[in-house]
Amino acid sequence: MSGEAKRKPPGGADSLRPEALLRHAEDLREPFAGRVHERVTQRAYAFAEETACACVSKGPERGNSERLFDRLLTSRITGIPVMVGHLGIVFWLTIVGANVPSAFLAGILMEEGGLTGWLAAYLGIESAPAFLSFSVYEGLLALFAWLHAPAWLTGFLVDGVYLGLAWVVSVMLPPMAIFFPLFTILEDLGYLPRVALNMDRFFRAAGAHGKQALTMAMGFGCNAAGVIACRIIESPRERLIALLTNNFVPCNGRWPTLIMVASLFVAASFPAGMTSLVTVATLVFVTAVGVAATLAVSFFLSRTLLKGVASSFTLEIPPFRRPQIGRVLYTSFIDRTLFVLRRAVVCAAPAGGLIWLLGAIPVGDGSAFSALRELLDPVGMAIGLDGVILIAFIFAIPANEIVVPTIIMGYMQGNRMMEMDDPSRLFLDNGWTLTTAVCLLLFSLLHYPCTTTTLTIWKETRSIKWTLLSNVIPLVAAVGACAAVAAVERIWG
Amino acid sequence: MAEAERSKSRGAVSLADLKPGTAAAVSHLRLDGLLYRRLLDLGIVEGTAIEAVYAGPSGDPVVYRVRGAHVALRKADASLVMVVPGVGDLDRPARAPADGPTRSMPKPRAETPPRAASDEDMLTVALAGNPNTGKSTVFNALTGMRQHVGNWPGKTVMRAEGRWEHVGRRFRLVDLPGTYSLLSTSVEEEIARDFVLFGNPDCTVIVADATCLERNLNLVAQILQITGRAVVCVNLIDEAERRGIGIDITALGSLLGVPAVGTAARTGRGLDALREAVFGVSTGAIATRPMILRYDEDLERAVDELVPGVEASLPGIPNARWIAMRLLDGGDHRLVEEVRNGILAEPSGRTGAASLPSAAPPAGREPGR
Repeated sequence: MSGEAKRKPPGGADSLRPEALLRHAEDLREPFAGRVHERVTQRAYAFAEETACACVSKGPERGNSERLFDRLLTSRITGIPVMVGHLGIVFWLTIVGANVPSAFLAGILMEEGGLTGWLAAYLGIESAPAFLSFSVYEGLLALFAWLHAPAWLTGFLVDGVYLGLAWVVSVMLPPMAIFFPLFTILEDLGYLPRVALNMDRFFRAAGAHGKQALTMAMGFGCNAAGVIACRIIESPRERLIALLTNNFVPCNGRWPTLIMVASLFVAASFPAGMTSLVTVATLVFVTAVGVAATLAVSFFLSRTLLKGVASSFTLEIPPFRRPQIGRVLYTSFIDRTLFVLRRAVVCAAPAGGLIWLLGAIPVGDGSAFSALRELLDPVGMAIGLDGVILIAFIFAIPANEIVVPTIIMGYMQGNRMMEMDDPSRLFLDNGWTLTTAVCLLLFSLLHYPCTTTTLTIWKETRSIKWTLLSNVIPLVAAVGACAAVAAVERIWG
Repeated sequence: MAEAERSKSRGAVSLADLKPGTAAAVSHLRLDGLLYRRLLDLGIVEGTAIEAVYAGPSGDPVVYRVRGAHVALRKADASLVMVVPGVGDLDRPARAPADGPTRSMPKPRAETPPRAASDEDMLTVALAGNPNTGKSTVFNALTGMRQHVGNWPGKTVMRAEGRWEHVGRRFRLVDLPGTYSLLSTSVEEEIARDFVLFGNPDCTVIVADATCLERNLNLVAQILQITGRAVVCVNLIDEAERRGIGIDITALGSLLGVPAVGTAARTGRGLDALREAVFGVSTGAIATRPMILRYDEDLERAVDELVPGVEASLPGIPNARWIAMRLLDGGDHRLVEEVRNGILAEPSGRTGAASLPSAAPPAGREPGR
């Protein structure tokens, strides 16, 4: 390079040509031995020092309490436990806080007797006023009957579309409205960089970037947002790793499924007083499995398809900042809760209608739905699930939020009204065991990303290969994990 | 490396060996490439006081305090930074090394091209700043709900744009990616640099964190080398007060040669003054005299020698001195590539917005003559 640079001296008409200019620059650069950037920066910082000296009355230093906090959040002994504790508290508040409003919404929207059951259970009011003792669902049925609407229309619109919507709203809205603000507060406080600091050694060992933990944290809210957050990782190799594994962090669309299965099923096998504790423990464990899967797949990728060593990075640890509660509530409700809810509603309405239609179309002895269910049952059974659950996961490709509503509607085929006082009976009646619950948790945690996330991955990578892999890798992991659990169950019991 | 030998004799050890709670002065960096540039941009240069504060759960990475900011580095990376323990004094800004650059205060340049009447009545304002300075809060506070979010053309980097009105003038605010520098050539820095350099903003607002002003002043100084039509927004001023940090905003403004405004964007404090300053600078009502950094003689001589070539081969370039410095550095491969292909010669074509010839100081007032 330098040999060529010296060939032509600068000056004259030649200097008008860019090539000559660049050669001239190379010549002039030589005596500085690659330290121009350093000297320019040194000069800028010398100015910064002088200016700060003249204008800042006291050097910035973090207070003792702040240092203590930092130690608590990141030290050898307390760092990881405090992190897990935070996660547990957020889950606990979400579950406990969402119970009552969820039941309230379910009462208003779709239960027999409207709010009668809710008033009795939570307020001790035995005789509900008449205007509260029927639900919107019952109201709609009455309206359609009064209009003499044909049975198929009532079935499609009320039992299909409407019930799908009602389920999504009552199951999803309360936990999201609690989870998102709590998470945003932690984000505002400046906790996420500390999490990245805690997690760095694992990512380093997996050959991944230290900032991958930050992208995962965004994935808790929404995997599509997590995938976009991977932009903070500069190295293309490590960015792809983060992008391909973001799906292993359960996003908001999957929390309702995980919470419901954990509370109704796993916790049900423990004494009543321990329900929320067991639910929280299950969710923390599921999250840990997701993190472990992320690290394992990152490790695998960085030794096969995306070979390389972890690149260096610098991570700024900002001071703790007081969260702006008002803004947090506003933005997390408008930007996150309503956004995700809208998406769920948009997907749930057609899914609800479609399931009702499949149930109404006769095929052979039964309906199209039962035919599909029988077709998928063997596959489902092999991995500890069943045909209806698989149908639900197929229907939920556009939005994971509708898995549980679809499963319930699948099992409810033929029955009109659902028993809300004990939803787990519906699952028990359909042959669920603890294995089914565990496999459903694993499948929901690990399976392919939703359409939005897949599209985002395509937009970010512009590569069919990586977009495909971002779906295939999780699917293989999910099927593998569930098949393993099912096999263990078959051998042991 | 000759410097390595020199530092060994001065008792330098690797930064990774520094025990938490102890301070040192940076002697030199034994690395190159991107990390080298990043560390420089964070202010880890020769003579800088640095303290190991605490370590993560596994003892690695370690968090270091440098220029008022906390930065985590993996040990493998920190081991390439050589330091002299027990020298740095962190509670005052670090002393510059004896063999550092000349330290005369810069002479302000009497430049700042007054912008002729704009072709559209909308004035364009760029919003630059380090990450974690509350830049997006400033953005939201200035523009309210009138925002448009998308990507920078051809880049996977978010671009936000918003509007506001002040004294009958309409302003368009373009949020640039948060960066520590404009010199390390990450995609974000290229975008920010391109917009400040070629986008011809009527004003560039540089958001700086009041709790960590020294580190933020690096980017401020860099941007002032490119454009004088700037306003420095010292944000989080309430946070600084809570920590007992006082900032003489007036003195800061006069040292920088551009208006400085203290703000607490979260509470809305100082925003009116900020709008007023932006209005003044972008309409030309406030004349700025941005400080220009003078480098060591050898560097200055090399730049001076390169400037005529830059002006000749890239006529109408907005800031030949800055381009010359970047070409001398040579680390900005994309800039080199663009010079080679002559793309830089038509800055107006890059942004779509019509640029004014008078905005290019080296070309003279009447380029047509």
